[in-house]
Amino acid sequence: MKDDELAYTYLVGDAELSHDAELLGLPGVGRGPVRALSAGGLAALVSTVEARTFGEEALKENLERLPWLEETARAHHAVVEAASRRHPVVPLRLATIYIDDHGVCDVLERNATGFRDALDRIRGGRREWGVKAYLTPAPSDDISAAPEGAGPGASYLAQRRAARDRSDAWRRAAMDAAEDLHWHLAAGAVASRLHTPQDPRLTGRGGEMVLNAAYLVEDRDAERFRQAVAAWNDQHLQLELTGPWAPYSFATLDES
Amino acid sequence: MTVAASEELALVDLLDRLLAGGVVLTGDVTISLAGVDLVHISLRALISSVDKLAEQQP
Repeated sequence: MKDDELAYTYLVGDAELSHDAELLGLPGVGRGPVRALSAGGLAALVSTVEARTFGEEALKENLERLPWLEETARAHHAVVEAASRRHPVVPLRLATIYIDDHGVCDVLERNATGFRDALDRIRGGRREWGVKAYLTPAPSDDISAAPEGAGPGASYLAQRRAARDRSDAWRRAAMDAAEDLHWHLAAGAVASRLHTPQDPRLTGRGGEMVLNAAYLVEDRDAERFRQAVAAWNDQHLQLELTGPWAPYSFATLDES
Repeated sequence: MTVAASEELALVDLLDRLLAGGVVLTGDVTISLAGVDLVHISLRALISSVDKLAEQQP
């Protein structure tokens, strides 16, 4: 690597990852070919990127540009996805970048035990599923919306108050239903994690997101898990299932 | 219930995982993003692009 280049790091896996010809040479972030580095009995997939784009200052600016962020995120994901279909892998956070290959090998050696524990937690075909639940509109909303000037003011206000109470009760019931759903699904999963519900401006849907959860599920239980989501029927919630994903939400070094 | 095809991953779902998940190697990474809230940055980038779209549509 030259002085104006950096090592973009995607994931950590077992040592045999470094011999998988299907993965080496895949286009990475910035289109550089994916390479493998080995240290500490582990392997990391990396690719060379330019410092003028991925250096500290440039990176902060680039992350704010949506087309750049999207291209980088999708390229990062493509490498993680390809590797995770063939090996247990621990994905690293987007934009994990080292000055050179030595930096990557250092971190493999220093965190070897943590990475091995993390790999053991997702070994044997454990994949991540995402479940999002959206609040459905309260059925009485249309009826309760009294037209302007319909009747005396006091009656109008009472109607408005009743509508608001119904909507509050509906939302509370939806939150309870989402919690029930979460515990129901978590019981069929190895682990679960709650993400922050997505901003309604980004989901492209009218209903508020009341659950944004990730579940780590054994491959042999995946069909049962999908069916559990499909069979969950609650009028307060509309569900969306995504996956299977590489175990992004369950790759951590600190759990024991 | 709808099931998203993995070929058409919504960016917002992807960023949920790439920016809130994955191992963070604090202190080891040469390019330090310490103190930079990635999730916040991406949300800002996403929302400003959504707002721009909305402005373009009268």
